[in-house]
Amino acid sequence: MSATRVGVITFPGTLDDVDAARAVRVAGAEAVPLWHGDADLRGVDAVVVPGGFSYGDYLRAGAIASLAPIMREVVDGAARGLPVLGICNGFQILCEAGLLPGALVANAGLTFLCREVVLTVGNAETAWTCDYATGDELLIPLKSQEGRYVAAPDTLSALEDSGRIVFRYRDGAPNGASNGIAGVTNEAGNVVGLMPHPEHATDALTGPSTDGLALFRSVLAGVPA
Amino acid sequence: MAGTPFPATTLTAVTELADQVTVDSVASAQASPDQPQPYAALGLKDDEYARIREILGRRPTDAELAMYSVMWSEHCSYKSSKVHLRYFGETTTEEMKATMLAGIGENAGVVSIGDGWAVTFKVESHNHPSYVEPYQGAATGVGGIVRDIMAMGARPIAVGDPLRFGPIDAPDTARVLPGIVSGIGGYGNCLGLPNVGGEVVFDASYAGNPLVNALCVGALRTEDLHLAFASGTGNKIILFGATTGLDGIGGVSVLASETFGDDEGPGRKKLPSVQVGDPFTEKVLIECCLELFHAGLVVGIQDLGGAGLSCATSELASAGSGGMHVDLDAVPLRATGMTAAEILSSESQERMCAVVTPENVDAFMAVCRKWDTIATVIGEVTDGDRLVITSRGETVVDVPPRTVAHEGPVYERPVARDDAAQDALAADGPESLPRPETPSELRAEILRMAAAPNLASRAWVTDQYDRFVRGNTVAAAPTDAGVVRIDESTGRGIAVATDCNARFVALDPYVGAQLALAEAYRNVATSGAVPLAVTDCLNFGSPEDPHVMWQFSQAVRGIADGCAVLGTPVTGGNVSFYNQTGTTAILPTPVVGVLGVIDDVTRRIPSGFAGADGDAVLLLGATREELGGSEWAHEVHGHLGGRPPAVDLEHERRLGDLLAAAGSQGALTGSHDLSDGGLAQALVEAALAGGRGASVTLGGVAADTFTALFSESAGRVLVTVPADGAEEFLARAAAADVAVVRLGETGGDALRIAEVGDLGLDELRAAWEGTLPARFGALSV
Repeated sequence: MSATRVGVITFPGTLDDVDAARAVRVAGAEAVPLWHGDADLRGVDAVVVPGGFSYGDYLRAGAIASLAPIMREVVDGAARGLPVLGICNGFQILCEAGLLPGALVANAGLTFLCREVVLTVGNAETAWTCDYATGDELLIPLKSQEGRYVAAPDTLSALEDSGRIVFRYRDGAPNGASNGIAGVTNEAGNVVGLMPHPEHATDALTGPSTDGLALFRSVLAGVPA
Repeated sequence: MAGTPFPATTLTAVTELADQVTVDSVASAQASPDQPQPYAALGLKDDEYARIREILGRRPTDAELAMYSVMWSEHCSYKSSKVHLRYFGETTTEEMKATMLAGIGENAGVVSIGDGWAVTFKVESHNHPSYVEPYQGAATGVGGIVRDIMAMGARPIAVGDPLRFGPIDAPDTARVLPGIVSGIGGYGNCLGLPNVGGEVVFDASYAGNPLVNALCVGALRTEDLHLAFASGTGNKIILFGATTGLDGIGGVSVLASETFGDDEGPGRKKLPSVQVGDPFTEKVLIECCLELFHAGLVVGIQDLGGAGLSCATSELASAGSGGMHVDLDAVPLRATGMTAAEILSSESQERMCAVVTPENVDAFMAVCRKWDTIATVIGEVTDGDRLVITSRGETVVDVPPRTVAHEGPVYERPVARDDAAQDALAADGPESLPRPETPSELRAEILRMAAAPNLASRAWVTDQYDRFVRGNTVAAAPTDAGVVRIDESTGRGIAVATDCNARFVALDPYVGAQLALAEAYRNVATSGAVPLAVTDCLNFGSPEDPHVMWQFSQAVRGIADGCAVLGTPVTGGNVSFYNQTGTTAILPTPVVGVLGVIDDVTRRIPSGFAGADGDAVLLLGATREELGGSEWAHEVHGHLGGRPPAVDLEHERRLGDLLAAAGSQGALTGSHDLSDGGLAQALVEAALAGGRGASVTLGGVAADTFTALFSESAGRVLVTVPADGAEEFLARAAAADVAVVRLGETGGDALRIAEVGDLGLDELRAAWEGTLPARFGALSV
């Protein structure tokens, strides 16, 4: 039985690819580097779109990266059910690519904000959260300047009604996100995006907890090894 | 603008503009020896200009004048400080050099930390640009120090920022502080470098001259060490990274305006002399450089910072064995009609210069293409000993490079202690200041001090910095030192801290500078690391003021003599003069950074009361009545006078050895350095860091409770040990000749001080965390 292969994309300006790859390895999978300019997923079983400032966040956070050759493959793969996780800038990219609804805009406080936050799991049935139980609490870092999740009122209602709000800030969204939303999923549950950084919470030595590790373990369960 | 000779709208105009650039060549300089030159406006003295003419045997060309004027500036040449800085070298023993792979004079110092790993680190100032334009000034300060670290062949792994501002409620502080913090975060966060520590200090002396110092640490395998030199005739000079424009040109615009009459025009918009940063380009440049290093494609490398290409080409050539030829027509420009002088002086950010063998040029270019980094061969290493630069087919520079880069003027500035002022300061001791006496007065004073601008939580600042990125940050502010893992397989890592209490330095520059060194050293030791090397950023007033030069020379001697006792060499640093408002200088502020190594970061000593309830709380080091220059005197009475605390570096070393040994054996469950605010503030911070109270008695600390709480005697650390290990540790401290007092034990949700009463953690937290948000606004909703 070979290890599950999880791709980690690097765009120019990606920062948390090393952390995401480490989290993938700690969870027991093989991390496969994917390059923004290659329209090739290298046969991976799942993809992580990590955080950072892809293309300097120029134009609009995630806007340019969403058009990169690798993202065309990710969009096609997601339609086939490929598990895709977007973290922070990765979440912004997935929204820009149309894989997830809504958008991320400037924090209510208008500054970059780096804090440890508690998230509540709202949906434990996605490809990336099935190792959690609904109601579980995670202590993980949030670090972003455009982290406030917003969506049209009917979109928010639809997300609420269909249980697609995967993570919420337990103690209120410090960035002013609508409905306290920290992360959402698509209808099929294979694509998840969240602003806080589970890859920074996989080792108590360097993070506030190991609560983020289960995201990376979850995807192993759904992928035939 | 009125009188512009160029039509402002058409592309043709751009071409015309470019064509009208007058080339002041070596030939024309020879032909017009008596042409007046604006050397004084460029900051050169009469005798300096005369020396340039003597070196060249003719008048310099515009381009040469631009190069000499910027390279002979105080900032680049260290002309006022050089005679004093030599003392660092003179006091560094062979033993201290044992781990040093590169020292003063290189882009940054490099020390070996074992297992084939080396670490490079340096702190540098960006004070004046940050006052003019806080965001970009601070941002490019980060960018510059990061490129210095890259130029050594290292991957940057952490940054930190010692900052000084005017009073927290001064109107201009509300302008500069948020901009500077935002600039540091905006640039550093985008580079993916964890910000692990720094300082924020408020004092009236910085109101018109804030200090922005930036520290960067890099890690490399010892075999990857790169130095800045150009050797090997025929080797190519490659400029890579961003394009070159009119930003950050500063004084050289004097030459430009002479050439142009009036220099507005298409593509020639006058740009601010503060540079504008693009951190995205720098992040890509970091990855590109590392790939180039690992592929073995680089012979020598230099970053482009202050003085731009002038500095990079002359330093590379000066440090190498041959000459160099550079063709400015090859330099990719982002503005049209730039003169040779402007191209050479531009401080456009995010640029590097590499020396590459001809056979590796194609491979070098391929790596740059992968990272979409612009790279251009702009010249080559030549036989001989001249730096020759051509532009539009004419030779515009022909100089011996050493005379530009390394043989600039050296000044023996007058050094004189202002006896009247200094003696009056020393005589005005803190003894007569009214002190709190009753338990309720002492309790109120503890809360007041916890909320003091200089002691309150810095979360408002540090919450704007990414401390998690790359997943190796083991400790970051507000811990005493930042701790970063370097090797995941072994856990080997480093600890770094910067410190300076400038009030102590004002009272006695020699002792004050040693206290800064002692505190940074102790902060590193408090994390469990072994201090290894020192960098410094010497921020002072005008070198033309003999009293300032006295402060400077005393501080340099204090640090150097202190380093000799501690066995930690100064590996590099930076001098920043002219920090003053009018003729009033800032408090002398020699910021000292200490770097230590820790064999296994899992054995670091956690910060504060991090262990379990019931741990014994011990105070290491002796407490004397030392309140001169203290935070209590400053905050409560606005007083500065008397003597600074005594410094005993032999004791600091014994204390550090004790902490490192006990820490590596896991004997300590927590620690916290005592500095500003004394034991009172250390107890508050240790309790809040651990989310755990303590019950303590101060009877054994000092003769009276006030002194025990607020004295700032050096050489003290608060530690916790498991209750069953307390006796053993007490004996161990005694054997190490380190005084120790058992204060009590951890536990509960309050700080219970027998002589004072109870202070609930919630109440302390509200006081400590409230100050900065109340002044600068909440970061979150």
